[in-house]
Amino acid sequence: MRLSGIALLVLALGHFAIMHLVHPIEELSYDFVAGRYRFFGWRFYDMSLLLLAMLHGLNGVRILIDDYVRSERWHHRLLWVLRIVGVFFMVLGTIVILVFQPVHGHGP
Amino acid sequence: MYQGRTGMWSWIFHRVTGVGVLFFLFIHIVDTAFILFGPEAYHHMIALYKQPFFRPMEVALLAALLYHSLNGLRICVIDFWPGLDRYQHLLFYAVLALFAALFFPASFIMMKPLF
Repeated sequence: MRLSGIALLVLALGHFAIMHLVHPIEELSYDFVAGRYRFFGWRFYDMSLLLLAMLHGLNGVRILIDDYVRSERWHHRLLWVLRIVGVFFMVLGTIVILVFQPVHGHGP
Repeated sequence: MYQGRTGMWSWIFHRVTGVGVLFFLFIHIVDTAFILFGPEAYHHMIALYKQPFFRPMEVALLAALLYHSLNGLRICVIDFWPGLDRYQHLLFYAVLALFAALFFPASFIMMKPLF
């Protein structure tokens, strides 16, 4: 949690600052993403952010489940729900970051 | 719930903001996934973020993210230098001060285009 947290402090706040302060959110568009994703570096940045944020967040929810769910059976069930939800979102996000290629006529 | 002083509140805020940011992350992964269906689908999706009524929620996201980051940093600092635990209340006020110093200018920049 500590290590991913420190990495996320830079990655997540950096991502937010780029998308909301450096570029106002009005600038966000298909072409904007297409332009950024020509560079592998941005895909790597987003991939690191996605996976670290998910692992950090899921780990946090696991701690909440450990703390608040007293019933053995529900504890077990919820941990499985958490794993399935976690894998789903990590796989979905990873596919989008790696597969995206702009359609013809879009992007710089 | 214990003591009701800064330790309790910093801890409660840390949990609430953590869950909030994770919840947004789920939504954000789904909205971004629409980019694979082409420009129209993606623009339809992100039009939501450009709605004026959505801007305060983006500012709330910033607040949650910023608080969670700075308080998390406070936790790391106390972990690595255990002697500092005597000053944990003071460190919490430092977190709040730093939060205010960063949050207000940033939210001003985000809200400005709406006025």
